[in-house]
Amino acid sequence: MRDFYGVTLPSALMLGTARYPSPAVLEAAFRSSGAAVATVSLRREQGQGGAFWDMIRELGVRVLPNTAGCHSAREAITTAQMARDLFDTPWIKLEVIGHADTLQPDPFGLLEAAEALAADGFEVFPYTTEDQVLAQRLLDAGCKVLMPWGAPIGSGLGLNNRYGLRMLRAAFPDVPMVIDAGLGLPSQAAEAMEMGFDAVLLNTAVAEAGDPAAMARAFALAVEAGAAARAADPMEPREMASPSTPLIGKGWL
Amino acid sequence: MKIELNGAERDIAAATVAEALDELGFGDRRVATALNGAFLPASARPVQRLHDGDRLEVLTPMQGG
Repeated sequence: MRDFYGVTLPSALMLGTARYPSPAVLEAAFRSSGAAVATVSLRREQGQGGAFWDMIRELGVRVLPNTAGCHSAREAITTAQMARDLFDTPWIKLEVIGHADTLQPDPFGLLEAAEALAADGFEVFPYTTEDQVLAQRLLDAGCKVLMPWGAPIGSGLGLNNRYGLRMLRAAFPDVPMVIDAGLGLPSQAAEAMEMGFDAVLLNTAVAEAGDPAAMARAFALAVEAGAAARAADPMEPREMASPSTPLIGKGWL
Repeated sequence: MKIELNGAERDIAAATVAEALDELGFGDRRVATALNGAFLPASARPVQRLHDGDRLEVLTPMQGG
């Protein structure tokens, strides 16, 4: 697996920590899946912050703070600075949201924030679209990882633009890329890995499943299967049938 | 002196941000701070003085996707 800012992860599954029915279920989902990274946020204290943080620390996973909910570069930069101060990591999942309905990244604000944060020593994981031009600009800004969306956050629609994602993967074969957001089913995560992506990050598909721990495990297996398939060099599809059983030696009936 | 803590008006006696966090009950809790919309690192809290009308944001680790 490609590394993320010099870190090789034991699993290609990254999990969000929001929307679980209870902290115990969240913990079970991490334990059953072996997810290597937990995304977290910064919010005003509502009486739960301390217990939540203690639980995340006990999971022993790497923490990826986000700038979720930020709609401007300025807001995202300040949030990232606060996150680094609090979580003691240079990693930041950079979200600059451009549209309230689709939660689509604002490419202009994203690039502005990425430039500022990379120059300030952050290791930026930009939540981006599959746009190749934007990807190049983010790389030029100092990002060494890209996180293209599969579909809008929380939608569960899977890989919305397979062509765009394939082109992005092919255009930057050496850049570590995480499919972030929009996955609803393990088969979609397996497909992302088969396409050559390096990891997937998801939250709602697990947290809102009837049995989140079982679904987390299913995603972990799918990610492993997809990565193994990619490494095994899949056959090329073809339009016409090609018999797998040899014709030579067939009986004359 | 009156400041705004996470959007709510509070009357405090503290002179610095570090003292204010103590007074407001954050104690040694793990928090990140911003003053008037700008990031304020933990290391600056003991020397950062507060003024009437300042907006102090105190954020903690929370669930996120």
